[in-house]
Amino acid sequence: MTARLVRIGLRLATAAILAFIYLPIGLIFVYAFNAGTTPSWPPVGFTLAWFGEALRNTGLQQAFATSVAAALLATAIALVLGTLAAIAVARYRFFGREAVSFVVIFPIALPGIVTGMALSTTFAQTGIPLGFFTIVVGHATFCIVLVYNNALARLRRTSRSLEEASADLGADSWTTFRRVTLPAMRSAILAGGLLAFALSFDEVIVTIFTAGGVKTLPIWIFQSFRLANQVPLVNVAGVVAILLSVLPVYLASRITADTGEITGARG
Amino acid sequence: MATTIARQIPPTVGRRLAAWLHRRPAVRAAGLLAGPVGWLVVVYVGSLLILFLNAFWSRDAFSGATIYEPTLRNFAELLDDPYPGITARTVLMAALVTVTCAALALPVAYYMARVASPRIRNALVVAVIVPLWASYLIKVYSWRLILAEQGILNWALAPLGLRGPGFGDVAVWLVFTYLWLPYMILPVYAGLSRIPDSLFEASADLGARPWMTIRRIVLPLAMPAIVAGSIFTFSLTLGDYIAPATVSTTIFIGNAIFSNFGAGNFPLAAALSLVPLVIVLLYLLVARRLGAFEAL
Repeated sequence: MTARLVRIGLRLATAAILAFIYLPIGLIFVYAFNAGTTPSWPPVGFTLAWFGEALRNTGLQQAFATSVAAALLATAIALVLGTLAAIAVARYRFFGREAVSFVVIFPIALPGIVTGMALSTTFAQTGIPLGFFTIVVGHATFCIVLVYNNALARLRRTSRSLEEASADLGADSWTTFRRVTLPAMRSAILAGGLLAFALSFDEVIVTIFTAGGVKTLPIWIFQSFRLANQVPLVNVAGVVAILLSVLPVYLASRITADTGEITGARG
Repeated sequence: MATTIARQIPPTVGRRLAAWLHRRPAVRAAGLLAGPVGWLVVVYVGSLLILFLNAFWSRDAFSGATIYEPTLRNFAELLDDPYPGITARTVLMAALVTVTCAALALPVAYYMARVASPRIRNALVVAVIVPLWASYLIKVYSWRLILAEQGILNWALAPLGLRGPGFGDVAVWLVFTYLWLPYMILPVYAGLSRIPDSLFEASADLGARPWMTIRRIVLPLAMPAIVAGSIFTFSLTLGDYIAPATVSTTIFIGNAIFSNFGAGNFPLAAALSLVPLVIVLLYLLVARRLGAFEAL
């Protein structure tokens, strides 16, 4: 009897907490279609006008394009570096192997403001002007861990005997990598890349320190949501920002679902 | 067998290089690591060192220029008002947020790990992971709308004769709890799924009621996972300046760093940012003692 009550209680608590998690996100979708110009509740009517206005707003579009470009470049760098590091750690024994995992996770494990301050101070001191390039460098640095974690988890579960069989059949290291190791890792790397894109597209705490005058979509949102006349546009940008950070993650979880990898926390 | 194959394939330069590399695993490992480790050491570890050095410079009060002479003045300033208060307030907030997240995460994680059917469990895992990634900034912004005077919370509470907390410290606590909750649910869920069924059976066989089982079996075994989750809730709270600035006017350590940075006092900002860094590193040491790293 108590066990049953406990189960019902747990189910209700879970439902309530999921509602708590989802309602604020859903609210932005409602406001994006709100005919009113102020974000007061309840909404006053339905309109698609703000989406049309967003499409005509050049500042918003530039910010969006900058975010996509930065995320693609940062993801490309993270894909290469994260995969290489994962192969080295999974397949070789060397001094400081444990330290590699530590260094890779560092940029994301330390408080965001520390990472932002450190990068910004360094760029200032080395005379590298802040802008698109420094945004990409910063993003790539904390995205490596996402590809690395996914690739490493896959390599640890992939038997090394396949690679040995390939070598026994006369394939050289490069052929083995191209024909055996890489195909086994492909979906894990892809999932890691999707997560990297999502994180880069969404990041703002570090980006503000490295952006100089360049505006990414989150920076545009951050600078606009206090301006009363921009609020409807911020809501539309919010819908786009949510979709473009959530869709890659959903895809990544589908890709790795059948292989049982949990790509949960960003660390 | 191997020699016949080797003879059939012409020894091109690429193949000779591959053979040379095959005999030298150390060179291969070094080649693989050069890029990623080089990047991280130069860009990240290097930056942290430069940040550390900057904390020892000072700023000319009149010209605003940085004086490159080592001094401990910034650290002395950290001990002066208002910084000890700001640090204490931030750590207290991080602790409160962590405890709240753990309290909310436990029932959800327990339901996911021990009660739900496998199909529902998988759906719930995705349902928790996806909002964790949904635009951070928009989630903060949404709470600004929720808590506003004309917002949905006051509207929903009005029939009950109640009002929401409005902007302020309670709002910061709410928003941080909201933002980091999934980071706590996931490790706790993973931790609870690892507890063998036999322990629950044994506990019931020995006559323990559900509450007793939770207190004596579940909580102690979930502890490393809760500590693992708390690494996220703690570190993320210490490193955030956007959420407090959006729903309150209270200064937390991130805001103090950001405003000094914005005002051009880079040396003091650098010294200040060593505070969350040191706190998180100390926290990581404690967490490691409590076995949290195995539970990550």
